[in-house]
Amino acid sequence: MVMVTKVPARPRSGRPRRAARLLLAAGLTTASLTALPAATATAAPAAAAEDGKSGGTTLTVAVSQSIDSLSPFLAQKLTSTSIHRLAYEYLTNYDPKDARTVPAFATEWSSSADKLTWTYRIREDSTWSDGKPATAEDAAWTFNKMMTDPNAATANGSFTANFAEVTAPDARTLVIRLKKPQATMTALDVPIVPKHVWEKVGDFSKFNNDRQFPIVGNGPFVITDFKVDQYIKLKPNKTFWRGAPKFDELVFKYYKDGDAAVAALQKGEVSFVPNLTPAQAAALKTQKDIKVNDAPGRRFYALATNPGARAKDGRTFGNGHPALLDPAVRKALFLAVDRATLVDKVFQGHAVEGEGYLPPRFGSYFWKPEGAQRRGYDPAAAAKTLDDAGYRKNGDGKRLGKDGRPLNFRILCHATDPNDKAVGKYLQEWWGELGIGLTVECLDSVSDPWVKGDYDLAFDGWSVNPDPDYVLSIHTCGTLPATPKDTGATDNFICDEEFDSLYARQAVEYDTAKRADLVKRMQSRLYDTGYMNVMAYPNALEAYRTDRIASITTMPEAAGNLWGQDGYWSWWSAVPAASAAGSGDGSGSSAAGVAIGVGAAVVVVAGGLLLLRTRRRATADDRE
Amino acid sequence: MTTASTPADVARAEKAPATDGAPRTGVGTGYLRHAAGKLGGALVSLFAVLVTSFFLFRILPGDPVKAMTHGIPTSAEQLATLRRQFGLDLPLWQQFADYCAKALGGDLGTSFQFRAPVGELIAAKLPATLLLTGVAVVLYSALGLWLGTRSAWRHGGRGDRLNTGLALTLWSVPSFWLGLLLIIVFSVGVGPVPGLFPTGGMESGTGETGFAYVLDVAHHLVLPVVTLVAVGYAQTLLVMRSSLLDEMGGDYLTTARAKGLKDDEVRRRHAVPNALLPTVTMVFINLGHVAAGSILVETVFSWPGLGGLFYQALSVPDLPLVQGLFVVFAGAMILMNLIADLLYPLLDPRVGR
Repeated sequence: MVMVTKVPARPRSGRPRRAARLLLAAGLTTASLTALPAATATAAPAAAAEDGKSGGTTLTVAVSQSIDSLSPFLAQKLTSTSIHRLAYEYLTNYDPKDARTVPAFATEWSSSADKLTWTYRIREDSTWSDGKPATAEDAAWTFNKMMTDPNAATANGSFTANFAEVTAPDARTLVIRLKKPQATMTALDVPIVPKHVWEKVGDFSKFNNDRQFPIVGNGPFVITDFKVDQYIKLKPNKTFWRGAPKFDELVFKYYKDGDAAVAALQKGEVSFVPNLTPAQAAALKTQKDIKVNDAPGRRFYALATNPGARAKDGRTFGNGHPALLDPAVRKALFLAVDRATLVDKVFQGHAVEGEGYLPPRFGSYFWKPEGAQRRGYDPAAAAKTLDDAGYRKNGDGKRLGKDGRPLNFRILCHATDPNDKAVGKYLQEWWGELGIGLTVECLDSVSDPWVKGDYDLAFDGWSVNPDPDYVLSIHTCGTLPATPKDTGATDNFICDEEFDSLYARQAVEYDTAKRADLVKRMQSRLYDTGYMNVMAYPNALEAYRTDRIASITTMPEAAGNLWGQDGYWSWWSAVPAASAAGSGDGSGSSAAGVAIGVGAAVVVVAGGLLLLRTRRRATADDRE
Repeated sequence: MTTASTPADVARAEKAPATDGAPRTGVGTGYLRHAAGKLGGALVSLFAVLVTSFFLFRILPGDPVKAMTHGIPTSAEQLATLRRQFGLDLPLWQQFADYCAKALGGDLGTSFQFRAPVGELIAAKLPATLLLTGVAVVLYSALGLWLGTRSAWRHGGRGDRLNTGLALTLWSVPSFWLGLLLIIVFSVGVGPVPGLFPTGGMESGTGETGFAYVLDVAHHLVLPVVTLVAVGYAQTLLVMRSSLLDEMGGDYLTTARAKGLKDDEVRRRHAVPNALLPTVTMVFINLGHVAAGSILVETVFSWPGLGGLFYQALSVPDLPLVQGLFVVFAGAMILMNLIADLLYPLLDPRVGR
């Protein structure tokens, strides 16, 4: 009996013990491997910082969004396009003061009498970073490539859709012939690439421009290095025609978590952090050497109402609530929205109350409703509007629709946006007082029900460019999907004859003042239809270290933002602070840190050795 | 009984040295059969994963093209071009056929948003994830085994209560929160504590090469590994503790003590090996998770690994990329389970006979 149990026990106790010991040894090895170099490595960054002294000044910017592609023909994400702004010239740029068009790669431009031919004079003092001159030929090649190869039109194809022919009669002249007049010809935000580099590229849909550094460009900076989700490095273009940037290096460093980026700013590992939350901004405000920039943003935050989704072929689809087709209901709903409270409580003051469609930052196009047209916060008027339109409350205080059933709406909310949820709570309360029920449907991806027209209301928002053409175009009939099965560029299925005719007129109006007037009238019309109600213009919250950056240009210059500008102004203009020289933004650590690190490693290794020794002794004891 | 068994035992004792090889071959074929069965099962699972991954993510709501172009001026022609480039204009069965044909040839397709082969994208980020999660799993398995054994052996004592209490407390701490605390305390520095470690990333990017680069990466590795170990070691500890407690009532331990073995010996030679099996399963499950990384910890420490890539892929949804990642994650799990299955018979001869 004893033997029977013991026989299988022997081999069992032998092998697993070895296994366990191996595991432990592996653990110990990794422990010492991790701890020891970690400790010694604390010395390395200190040394790197020393090196930084000779290297000069570095401006490190925290970013979170991954680069989708470094090819200007494919890049769609903001981080990528912002970096292309720094590396390539566009035909025109926008004045940091008031976002008016100013010369860039083109020095002057004119249009023909029939409005169909645009001629650009290309500057003579722009060279590619490999020394070759940048000419009209490069610009013509870039546009022609986009017009002839759909794979090269992925990112910016909308700019060339109306082009008939692009030619470069000589090195300094670029001629663009249009199919029909187009008012956005001084807002062609397309990076011009060097023909001699890019004509060697085969398949544009697969070329990401991230294998060979430095990347040849003619912007204020040259991209010199890139590691996915780790960093993008740029050096100043010393021959840049507007003057070289002042920092010796610009690094975009990845911080996937906002709080970690704020910690890095506090420590000095980065000099600039964008997209702060109100809480982060409040915490940083009291910190030494850190300036919080609370600037008017370029976004609007709106309440979109489903006008009955339909396609160009006339078929309707989706399940939008029919009561919302009644202008009185839309008016009453918005009369019951207290925008001041939303700005105060949800945005914690870091926003401006919504008025017209375009944010006030774009002064020449900004429009706001005055007098009787304005739908200010007035719950009593909202209730009266509904009463007058025949929507009565029943015994339970519920507002009844024309079909006799209580009014209950749904609103699409982005699960990733805390503002949507908070505003949803307020709307439930305010509309609840009118007797109208509201279900807030928060989804990770709202695009599915949105495209299908399966919503009543939705939280909507767009970032606006200095030229408003695109954000206006998405409310025209022409952008509706071809059939219910297709996806159109339309934002909210709005199709309004008056709006469309104004849009068509502004699209061909080359007189800036007249066009601005038409754009304002479009906003007025959009406001009156009540399908797009702007609640707020959220501010851009960002912070930078004043002991690294002495001065930097905001856009608009008076009180503007730094990250995501229309132009390269912020990073191009940034002047290093006196104390920034040699700091290099490295993670320099003190001698005390090194000592502690080494100490920790010694403790771990000693502990491991001690453990091994006791084990060995124990085994020796067993043998005895 | 003893008398009855004696001749047999004697016969076996006599036989054993003479025919040393014979029983082994017996075990060998048994083992081979066991291994072949497990291997076949793993291959079937892998194939099922390959097929389901295609349909699984097609159920996800959201139009990749619409999501990718949201907020960007895009014309209807551009949308159509994107759809054609991605193959989304083809009927589902054709997309599936293309996917299968390519996948069997080892090609997982091209990512929608990054315009690069999925295999390349995953290969670029896999080392970072394997490094971080691999080191963490090895460390917390070893720590959990060791502390679990201690706790069980002196169960109910102060050491046990302290150990288990601490482990459970850390286990219930959200990893991203602990990570942020560590960043604030040990990266930025609080009061007398200096900012020892970098706030994030895998390297300083200041051009280190060779050994200096290894040191730099190790320096960046410390805080994320500490976070993962702190939050994770409780599971190994608890499994080890409870399975050892089960063994501690065993008669064979009394026998071992009666033979005069020291307490430590009884534990190491007799109790722990028998209690190891569930823990080994757990360790291999965790190793299977290594490839998937830890989205939260990778995000807090800006670690350029697969967890973050998976999140980005899901939010579009970038179908080829999520499919590819799913196959890799599931494949790692299947592989680790297979290894565990193959190891069991070696750890415990009762398995696989």
